[in-house]
Parts: sequence; C-alpha cells; structure tokens
Amino acid sequence: MKSTNIPFPMDRLADAAREGRVSRRAFMNYAVASGMIAGAATGLWGSMAQAEPKRGGTFRIAQHDGNSGDSHDPGLYESNAEILLAHTHRAYLTLIETDGSLGPDVALEWSATPDASEWTFKLNPNATFHSGARVTAQDVVASMNYHRGEGTTSVAKALLEVVDEIVADDAQTVTFRLNSGNADLPWLMTDYHFVILPANDDGTANWQSGDGCGPYRLNSWTPGISASLTRHDDWHGEGAYFDAVEVVFINDPNARQTALVTGDADATSWIENKTMALLERHPDVDVINLPSAQTITMPMFCDVEPFNDVNVRKALKLSIDREGMMNKILFGAATIGNDFHHSPAMPYWPDDVEQTPYDPDQARSLLKKAGMENLKVKLYSADSISTGAVDAAILYSEHAKKAGMKIQVSREPNDGYWSDIWLKKPFCMVAWGARPTPDVMYSLAYKSDAAWNESHWKNEKFNELLMAAKSELDDGLRAEMYRDMAILSRDDGGTVIPYFPNFVYGKRKNIGTTGEHAIAWQLDGYRAASRWWFNS
Amino acid sequence: MSDILGLVAKRLGLGLIILLVISVIIFFMVELLPGDIAQAVLGQGATEENVRNLREQMGLNDPAYVRYFHWLRGALMLDFGRSIVTQETVMGVIGERFRNTMFLATYAAVIAVPFAITLGVVVALLRNTIFDRVANVLTLTSISSPEFFLGYILILFFSVKWGMFPAIASLSDSMSFWDLLERTFLPALTLVLVVTAHMMRMTRAAIINLLASPYIEMAKLKGAPPWKVIVRHALPNAWAPIINVIALNLAYLITGVVLVEVVFVYPGIGQALVDAVSKRDFPVVQACCLIFAATFILLNLAADVGAILTNPRLRHPK
Repeated sequence: MKSTNIPFPMDRLADAAREGRVSRRAFMNYAVASGMIAGAATGLWGSMAQAEPKRGGTFRIAQHDGNSGDSHDPGLYESNAEILLAHTHRAYLTLIETDGSLGPDVALEWSATPDASEWTFKLNPNATFHSGARVTAQDVVASMNYHRGEGTTSVAKALLEVVDEIVADDAQTVTFRLNSGNADLPWLMTDYHFVILPANDDGTANWQSGDGCGPYRLNSWTPGISASLTRHDDWHGEGAYFDAVEVVFINDPNARQTALVTGDADATSWIENKTMALLERHPDVDVINLPSAQTITMPMFCDVEPFNDVNVRKALKLSIDREGMMNKILFGAATIGNDFHHSPAMPYWPDDVEQTPYDPDQARSLLKKAGMENLKVKLYSADSISTGAVDAAILYSEHAKKAGMKIQVSREPNDGYWSDIWLKKPFCMVAWGARPTPDVMYSLAYKSDAAWNESHWKNEKFNELLMAAKSELDDGLRAEMYRDMAILSRDDGGTVIPYFPNFVYGKRKNIGTTGEHAIAWQLDGYRAASRWWFNS
Repeated sequence: MSDILGLVAKRLGLGLIILLVISVIIFFMVELLPGDIAQAVLGQGATEENVRNLREQMGLNDPAYVRYFHWLRGALMLDFGRSIVTQETVMGVIGERFRNTMFLATYAAVIAVPFAITLGVVVALLRNTIFDRVANVLTLTSISSPEFFLGYILILFFSVKWGMFPAIASLSDSMSFWDLLERTFLPALTLVLVVTAHMMRMTRAAIINLLASPYIEMAKLKGAPPWKVIVRHALPNAWAPIINVIALNLAYLITGVVLVEVVFVYPGIGQALVDAVSKRDFPVVQACCLIFAATFILLNLAADVGAILTNPRLRHPK
C-alpha cells in the first residue's frame, strides 16, 4: 500500500484563517496535516490570521424575535431578543466558552464537596455593576432566590429545585447547598435566566432598573424596536472590543437579510434556510451554520394504546427518513437525531451510538409482531413550532406509508398549541430550545416523574442512571452513563427525534471572530458583542 | 355657520356612540381568542403554578364584564390602563409608535395628495392621450401589487443596487429632521404608490363627469384655455367626491400600513397591535383599535365638513 499525501492548499487555508472561517485549532490541524511542523504552523497562524482584535466602532445587530412585551424580568425571559440583551448587559456566574467548555464569568472559580451536594463559588473581585457598585455575594444570593420559593413567577424555578439553600459565606463567596448531589450546577448557572442582579436592601433582587454587570451598559431600550448600549469600561471579562452596540429588532427574515446585505447591520441572527445558499454567494457576507442543541421531538404517550407496545414505538422510529427530511425541510442545515435528546452541541455527547436507519421493512415486521399491521395514528403539529413543522409531519406520514402505517397529520392553530395540544395529545410535534447539559434536558422531560415528561416514559434503569450521573464528578464515568441512557432512550423511549435544527446566522466579512463560536445560542452564544471585533 | 357647528357636534356624538360599540366588540372578540393570557405570556415553559401566580398578579380572575367596566371608566379619563405584559402604561407603550405612524402618514400624504390631484387634473386635461393611458396603467399596477412587494422592489433598486436610500427605517432620537426624511423615504414612497391611484382616478373621473355641463360649455365658448376651464371651472365643483376619497386614503395611511412597517422595520403602531394580539395584551389592543376607529370617524367627519364647505348650495341653505 502506498499512501499519498495530498497537501492542503495553504493559500486557501490562510484566507480562511484571515477571514475567521477557521479556528486556531482547526488551522493547526490542517497545517500540520499538510506537512508543516507545529512550531511553524503556530508562527503562520500568528502572521496570517487576525492576530490582534481591534477596539472601536459601533456594532449593529439585526436581531429576530423582538416583541413589544419583552421585559427586564429574568424570570420571564423567553424571547431571543431578551436573551441576546441579557448576555450583553448582564452577566452570569459561569459562561460557555467558544470551544464549548465551561468558563468563568462573575464567578472566578468554583469547587464542590466530593458528593457534589455543596458548591462554592468565588466571585471575581473586579466585577462591578454599571451603577458602580461591586458585585457581592449578597447580590448573587438575591438573584438566585428570585427564581426560588413560593410565589415566584420564574419559569426557571424547576432548574433550582435541587437547591436547598444559598448562603453568602463572605462578600466574595457563595455556597449552594443542594438536597442531592448535582455535578452540573456550574453548567446550570449558564442558563439564560440566572443573570446576576443588584440586591435591594431587603434582600430581594432589583431587576426593574435594568442594571447589570455585563460587558455593555444598556442606555436605552424600546422593546420590539431597538436597544443601544455602550461599553462598560470596568467590565471584569476580556473582550468587549466595540465602543458601542446598537441592536435593531427585525422580525421579518427578509428585512434582516436586506439589512445585512446593504450594510445597515454588521451581523444578523437567524437567516432563513431557504435563502442561506444565495446569501453565501454575497462577497461581503459570511453565513455561519452550526449544530445546535435545539431539538425537534415527537413524543408518544408510552402508557396509551398503541404506543404502550415498544414494537410500535420502534417501528415509528424506523419509518422516518431523517436525512431526507433534513434536506427537504431545512435545506440540510440540521444535525441528525437518533431518538435520544442529547445533541452534539451539548457536553458528554456519545459519538458512537449506532444510528437508527430508515427501514420500512423492519418496521413492517415489528408492527406484525405487535399485531398492528395497518397501524393508524394521529400526529398533531402547528406552523409556529419550528420552520416547516407541518410539512415535516406530512413528510413523515409519507415515509411511514412504506411501512404500511398511516400517520394522519392534524394541523392545529398556533394559538394555544402549548396549552391545549402539548402534554395533552398522545402524539404531537414539539420544539425544544437548547439546554446546557443532558442532565437538565433529561430531568426536565424524560425523568419518570417530571412535570414535562412529554412521552410518559417510565424506565427504571434510565432513572437510576440519571440519578447516579447527577452526582458523578468523574467525567469519564459520567460520559459512560449518558451513553447508556442514550441507548435506552433510543431503543425503549417514547420520543422520535428526527433532527436538531442548526443555528444559521450571518455577519459582514469585516467582522473578526476567534474562529470558534459558542453554540449555546446564535451569534456566538449571544456573546458576539463582547467576543467579536471590526477588522478594519 | 352655526348649522355646520351643529352638524359637527351631532356627528361627534354619533362617533362617540360608535366608538363605544366598537370597544365592546373589540373587548369580547379578544376574549374569544383561544388560550389564556397568562399562558401566552409565559409561553411553552409555563408550569401550572407559574400560570396561577401570574393570573393572580394580573387580576385575570375577575369576570370579563367587570374588567370591561373597569377599563371603560379609565378610558373615559384617557387612562387606558397598563399593559398586562410589561406593566408600563398603555400610552407609554404606544405613544411614541403612534407619533411615528402619524409622521409617516403625514410624510406620505404631503407627497401623495398634491401629486395625485395634480396628476388627476393633468390626465383629465390630456384625457385619452398616450400620457393618460400610461399614467393609468402605472398607478393601477402599483395599487394592484401587494405593498410588501412594492417595498421589496424599491429596496432592491434604491438600496441594494443603487445605494441611494437606507433599507431599514429604524429611528433614533439623535437624528436630524433631514436624516429622518431620508431614512423614511422608501416606506413613504411605497405608501405614496399605494394610495395615488384612488385619488388620481377619482379626480380624473369627477372632472370628466362635469365636462358635459352647460357652464363648462359656456367657459369654453367664452374662450378660456383648456387648463383654466378645468382648474377654475370644473375642479371647484368636483371637490366633494375627491375629498371623500382623500379621507379614506388618509385613514388607510394610518391604519393599514402593518406590512410596510414590517418590510422597512419601521416602529409604527401596526406592529405594536400585532404583537399585542399575540400576547393577549388586552389594554394595548383596545387602545390601538380605538385609535384606529377614532381615526376613521374623525376623517369621515372631516370629509363631510369639507364637502359642505366646498359646495355653496350646502354652505348657504335657503
């Protein structure tokens, strides 16, 4: 055997590096693969790629999902506009770095007792609010307690149910005492609701003022229209290269793209999949297309006929042509699902779980085994769930015809879908936003007693693993557990997961980035304002 | 003159009654929307407990008619209450947007009305010539195209290809008046294209209608030039129908521009209304609808008064 070494075209690689389309890590891999020694490659990166971020300029973002009802109340954060602003003018205890790892924000370091039932966060002594006050442990306690206890309207309450008590040990140290071990608590703190707010004298959190300790100070905000921010010079983090940030909320996808193309905006969230390919040809625009942890699920009630038979569930999972669906509905901008709610954009993702194929013949024989040939089921869907949600359901019903089953698609009104259909009908379509860790996701919707157990799936083994993984501080063992849970969920679970829609967003070519993007949210985990810069 | 004042007073009274009826209709229509406000505000992530707490906070547990009368009492004193979603006063939520909408409507009207009437007079003068035909075809084409389509065409040429005007009409407080006019030129132009045809064609039709009248014949016989026949003799008698069409179109400029607002990202009141409906923000929806209804009533009143003032026979009844 003769191996041929095809040199990677260095000029193209250099171009890619300069324009920020390739990360430092990928650059090194390619450069070394093409025969360059590591030291030379490092030097090359330094000389060719954008070495130094530049300060200055006003960064203009065209952001989708802005509503006139958006508010400062972190307990009611829901829209993408609110989440973008939250990451720009407020800060969290921890954050997700561009390479997907967990990094420090207001908390400088953290540690746990060996059973992971008590977590201590040391705060960054340089962290200040825009009003000038130092961020103290009291502020953190008040911010977290806002989401806890009787009478809170916070949607994030469930995430903190594991917490028994939060105490300020001293001005810079906060301890979370949990009612059971939870190795994910620092990850949980990246959830978009858990912003750090200034405390009032009575120990409540002051969210109304809009004060925060993030990289930019919010000067004005007209919900649903625009927001204007300037750099917080005393910010505790590294970055915030722009002098100012202007956000215009543009809900119409065409208008967002126009803004990017005409240069009225420097970056835009959410580009429509159908125009993605056209926009990529524009000489001044970069389209960024990244796997995300957003998920499309189709839960079946495992305690209701006919879904109580595992053969039927398996047959339904085998009767969907996932790749065909991804190509037709999302123009390929998606990551294939395998019926476990754990995306490659989340930590601990098992990459060696065998993919469920599209196999109508096997599905047919499974139905026969269950005595349910000519199975007829009704699948509920609505347009507002996600791009092409109703079309995807119809496509599924076409795919399933080959297995001899009939999926009747029921198109529901957008209004009231989450209150009248979801969790009420035995087989429906659902879209989930990204959650930071598999534990959060599984605890929310797959644990047998979870309020949102949308498939009514109760698997003892799965629940034991879930509880064990929660307090396991050994990463290797945890990953192993999540792999076992993924397989259980794929083979026995009641949820069909066709795909994880990608994040597709855009920026002008003169915007520099580190090359890697955090994939918790769009626009570099909604931290573009503090991580990107103008090249010229 | 006192007759006219009496008429205006009577019309205003009737208008108020109509507004009241409309407010009842709006209130109960919004009530009929499926789902629940608290649920709509909290979205997919709501638990039953969240919803219960929020309903309590919002005072949604009172029966609908009780809430209606509470609201009506406030509205009589021009207090439309607070937005359910943001807790801001309704006037705070829509006040600035209403000003923006009025600005854009005025901008468009200042261009469209003189343009349409002049064009109407000119095509009446040059009726059945090639100019007449072309003007008719162009204006009818622009009124028949959906306005978002017109908007995109204008963006394609004026901002993407030629780079003359900005595609996004987002406003900021620091803008000078000229900046403002430049930023909002494309949305205003779209609206001008949409409303011109009605007014232009009504002007043309009303004038041509009168051309067979004996006094026009007389004017021609005494040797007045054609433009003078039309401007001096025909137009004053043609005002009544033209004014009515202008009033309808002005009302449209205020209430019917949601699509233009979306395409150009213009922060007007239509967008606020759409948002408020999807969030079940009753107070904002009601205030917007009342403003729209009042606009129609007032402009119709103005059209009637205008028609009377331009007609000496109605102005001086025997």
